[in-house]
Amino acid sequence: MTAPDFAHSPTFSVRRVGAMVLRYWYLLRGSWPRFLELAYWPTMQMILWGYINQFMASSSAWVAQGAGVLVSAVLLWDVLFRGQLGVSVSFLEEMWSRNLGHLFVSPLRPGEWVAALFTMSLIRTIIGVVPAALLAIPFFGYSVFSLGLPLAGFFANLIVFGWSLGLVIVALILRYGMGAEGLAWIVVFMLAPVSAVYYPVSVLPEWLQWVALAMPPAHVFEGMRAVLYNGVVRWDHLAWAAGLNLVYMALCAAAFQYSFRQARVRGALLQTGE
Amino acid sequence: MKSSDNRLSDNQNAIAAAIRVEGLTKRFGTARSGEVTAVDAISFTVAKGSVTGLLGGNGAGKTTTISMLLGLLLPTAGTVEVLGVDMARHRHAVLPRMNFSSPYVELPHRLTVRENLVVYAHLYGLTGVKRRVEELAEHLDLTRFLERPSGGLSAGQKTRVALAKALLNRPDVLLLDEPTASLDPDTADWIRTYLERYRFESGATILLASHNMLEVERLCDHVLMMRQGRIVDQGAPAALLARYGRGTLEEVFLDIARARTDAEKEAANAAE
Repeated sequence: MTAPDFAHSPTFSVRRVGAMVLRYWYLLRGSWPRFLELAYWPTMQMILWGYINQFMASSSAWVAQGAGVLVSAVLLWDVLFRGQLGVSVSFLEEMWSRNLGHLFVSPLRPGEWVAALFTMSLIRTIIGVVPAALLAIPFFGYSVFSLGLPLAGFFANLIVFGWSLGLVIVALILRYGMGAEGLAWIVVFMLAPVSAVYYPVSVLPEWLQWVALAMPPAHVFEGMRAVLYNGVVRWDHLAWAAGLNLVYMALCAAAFQYSFRQARVRGALLQTGE
Repeated sequence: MKSSDNRLSDNQNAIAAAIRVEGLTKRFGTARSGEVTAVDAISFTVAKGSVTGLLGGNGAGKTTTISMLLGLLLPTAGTVEVLGVDMARHRHAVLPRMNFSSPYVELPHRLTVRENLVVYAHLYGLTGVKRRVEELAEHLDLTRFLERPSGGLSAGQKTRVALAKALLNRPDVLLLDEPTASLDPDTADWIRTYLERYRFESGATILLASHNMLEVERLCDHVLMMRQGRIVDQGAPAALLARYGRGTLEEVFLDIARARTDAEKEAANAAE
């Protein structure tokens, strides 16, 4: 058998990633309720927690000292949630439309598809969270952008962890079919208690603190409070979050790769759908 | 007119068989949960430039075979080579030269016909995407549907859109799973005529799974007859008619589909 000419078969094509992003963009563009839905929940959450923040500031010294701590927390939490949902929902679109069969007889590679899912997650997260962050300025006189440069580190770490969770959910749906679809909306909330979003890690029992500190979000939210309360950037927390993200991403990518291969063994790419 | 990216070496183009299958087997399930052999050690070749029909009753293993040829499904055993490329190891080298259409795998409903075709044109790395989409729309009488959501089309229109998608990259190897299923005779005839013309103009190799014996007689140079995961007979339509002493392929199909092997008869007797 003659060896194939790999010079004409790129292992990773930005164009194919772009084609998939275009596919999801067409879908989003074609439905204004979908567009609205992206910004709806982050905005509602921001308004709700903004008023709680205002109320608590008058009765809690802790909240009063950290201006906008709850608003910042809810906006950053939404980065994690939207990041994960952006991957899972774009994947579910393929399942709902039974399109995986067509996609994977084309030259599209799984890695390119995942890159498109991540890109779309970033776009969806920005569409969802940025309007809410901007609205917080006139509503509560607080700008999350006042966190400065560390905000970029918080954002990056949270969205990357969201992508890892999204990949695991994709892997589970590929393995267990559409019965596991609901995981896309609930998995992230299992991690909320140990993410220390609205309270410091020290509030948790000691054994749970270890669990929390094994998760990137807890480091991000500790870092956020360090900026808000003490005006210092905790590089150690950012470094821990980044390091842990590398580990989780590697594990989740391996889980996805395994599930994808198993789906090819079981014939799920052609058959799975509603 | 194909981009150089879609070409493999001349060496590979010289291979006479477009598809070569050896001992291809697919078992689903496990020994504990109960194993089902969907495709049982089949071997065949499909000559370059030919139209080959894959026939068999429901559950004969046609779709499973096509899925393995495309690399969507991993075989339990055996090998598949398409244009000289081992699909298990290097499928991405040859996928740009293949395509596929099936009424059971639809394109995203909410995207318009144009959007779906544009996305797939980019996935296949085409140049001149807009021109190619409009050219195919014109050939397949889809121009007035280009801005309509794919989900809102009739069965015949959806089949033509699926065919447009399958022809975007001017494939050298085209796999079609029941391309005229559930179409009215007029639309089905139109599709067959289009496929004949495409094959004549491009020299493409077509593997066609179908339940429509008239379609097979009209389009195919060679027929593979499947039953219970095995190829039980094969040959040119005329040769099969002569061998079974029948006037139509439908009669040959019924003879094969209803025939039992000695082992099956023994098993049935034992059960009684």
